[in-house]
Amino acid sequence: MDLLRFITAGSVDDGKSTLIGRLLYDTDSIKVDQLATIQKQSKNKGEGEIDLALFTDGLRAEREQGITIDVAYKYFNTEKRKFIIADAPGHIQYTRNMVTGASNSDLIIILIDARLGVIEQTRRHSIIASLLQIPHVVVTINKMDMVDFSEEVYNNIVIEYSKIAKQLNIKDVKFIPISALLGDNIVNASDNTPWYKGDTLLHLLENINLSHDINYTEPRFPVQYVIRPQTDDLHDYRGYAGKVISGTYRKGDLVTVLPDGIDSIVEAVEINGEEVDEVFAPQSAVIRLKDDIDINRGDIIVNKSNLPNVSQDIETTLCWMDTRPMVTGNKYLLQVQSKRVRCIIKEINYKLDVNTLEKIENVDQVGLNDVVHVTLKTASSVVFDSYNSLRANGGAILIDETAHTTVAGCMLQ
Amino acid sequence: MPSKLDYLDLLESESIHIMREVAGQFERPALLFSGGKDSITLVQLALKAFKPGKIPFPLVHIDTGHNFPEALEYRDRLADELGAKLIVRKVEDTIKARGLKEPVGKFASRNALQSYTLLDTIEEFGFDACIGGARRDEEKARAKERIFSVRDEFGQWDPKKQRPELWNLYNGKIAKGENVRVFPISNWVELDVWNYIKREGIELPSIYFTHEREVLVHGEFLVAMSEFIRVDEGDVIEKRKVRYRTVGDMTCTAAVESTANNIDDIIGEINRTNISERGETRIDDQVSEAAMEDRKKNGYF
Repeated sequence: MDLLRFITAGSVDDGKSTLIGRLLYDTDSIKVDQLATIQKQSKNKGEGEIDLALFTDGLRAEREQGITIDVAYKYFNTEKRKFIIADAPGHIQYTRNMVTGASNSDLIIILIDARLGVIEQTRRHSIIASLLQIPHVVVTINKMDMVDFSEEVYNNIVIEYSKIAKQLNIKDVKFIPISALLGDNIVNASDNTPWYKGDTLLHLLENINLSHDINYTEPRFPVQYVIRPQTDDLHDYRGYAGKVISGTYRKGDLVTVLPDGIDSIVEAVEINGEEVDEVFAPQSAVIRLKDDIDINRGDIIVNKSNLPNVSQDIETTLCWMDTRPMVTGNKYLLQVQSKRVRCIIKEINYKLDVNTLEKIENVDQVGLNDVVHVTLKTASSVVFDSYNSLRANGGAILIDETAHTTVAGCMLQ
Repeated sequence: MPSKLDYLDLLESESIHIMREVAGQFERPALLFSGGKDSITLVQLALKAFKPGKIPFPLVHIDTGHNFPEALEYRDRLADELGAKLIVRKVEDTIKARGLKEPVGKFASRNALQSYTLLDTIEEFGFDACIGGARRDEEKARAKERIFSVRDEFGQWDPKKQRPELWNLYNGKIAKGENVRVFPISNWVELDVWNYIKREGIELPSIYFTHEREVLVHGEFLVAMSEFIRVDEGDVIEKRKVRYRTVGDMTCTAAVESTANNIDDIIGEINRTNISERGETRIDDQVSEAAMEDRKKNGYF
């Protein structure tokens, strides 16, 4: 059994909550007492039937307003996989939440209302999926029951969406005609769509190949913590604790510690205090080096034959996530893996219209949910990869120096 | 290409990464330990994260005075075996020192009062991060909580002011007086915990396995008889074969009827049950749809 993290993009109107409720319900992930609570709530709201969408409403404020404010995480599993759903709201005023949910996802389900076809929101969700480099896209064409399960409607949407996918360079796209409300093609193949020969949604989620999503060729090991027991029998022990975010490490590897650029050789790789032959992404491990060099949290151990960028001048696309606007010339903290450095926003190059991909120049104001391209200058060298070539080491956040809040998610270039 | 990792390996790796972020980002972290299976799992993950070194933070137990003796015995033994520093602070003492009013009623619980003792303890030791064993699958309000959850100086959680949490980047930067609750097993569900306990051969307190116990039968709940339980006329008290699916206070945690005496049987029973963990065992959650949301806003972890 392995693990798939996915995000669902759409609004309540597209049946997103119903779809999640349906997946949980049909995989027996909802227990009787939870069902009873939902039944009670459905009655309170004056709805006759059980409203599957209620399973995804977390906070009272959301239940009262009938909306989702925040990213909620839901879990279910089948024999084949454990699934983590990031349930994020789809409206433009919640772009920040969608970016957050998308950052950790292996796959995105984009919901399209069969009656409406491809709309502005579809385009926006796809742009975010491509910005965040989500490896797999599944387009579910929902409410097929309301268009008489028409193959023609389905085909037209497939043609229309394929153009977007091509424009955004989204490589792995699959389409499924569904009815979340009635359960067609969710867990069981539908009799209403005999013309559809593809997988059901669950079958696809269970079988999509994830092994190519991990990069095993560019070793990156950010040091989180230095283990120094300083006991009698481990007097000289010095282990660097961290997570292999990409690539593999073995004893004897020639490595460089960045940003200082000090070379060494791997003495041992360990998991759970025991030496192993190899550690690989995404394992948490300990690396010991032959030379006694000064390595701290924030440093990154890489293979000498494959070096990342080391720079103080960084170009990045970012999504602004704070209610207070971004200010050019202001200082923030940039966090890349375990490294935090002060930085200044030198220049806003352009704003990206997330509905159209249009670049807007001469931007003077950057507010909540805006996606912009900026140039940063950092106080010291930062080690990173381009997000588009190595997702695991290209993501970063900006932290407000005085309020300490996370104000932006960055895709470094 | 390296061999594929199992889902438990992936969850474990994520949790260890979080533990190390705590050790790396904070000056004075602590691990909140209750003697329940989730916090026992946390301790095992912390052990793995820092081997061959010791866990670089103390275990803290907020003792309500209504704990199962088996859980307390386990707590002391584990701390002893690990050579870990154990800090125990009692709700009883807070009640006396602060003149707090104890809730009254049939299954009155000190759950809410626990927050006062926790906040006092955080202040006493200057803890800037407290690691807890909460899981997002437990409850609706938990489903939206961050892995690094910032609390103000009153220990309050403000769901609308949560920091966005992207990739595996955790922002633990805080002002003086604030602290962060950290939940390394956020993404684990009940069965993940059990399967991990099985795989790792982790020992649990005996009350997790079947035993005969005198219980008060309260509707669908079986509540262990103890000095803390008020018995009213007409109450049905019986001997039953039970085990605990979750371990909280004796006053508000119900047992489940079971003959399971090993982990495999427990996993089998959980697989077959059609009732959720909290629904089956937590009397304190049945008060309202937002009981947990309200407690969390007041400093509960």
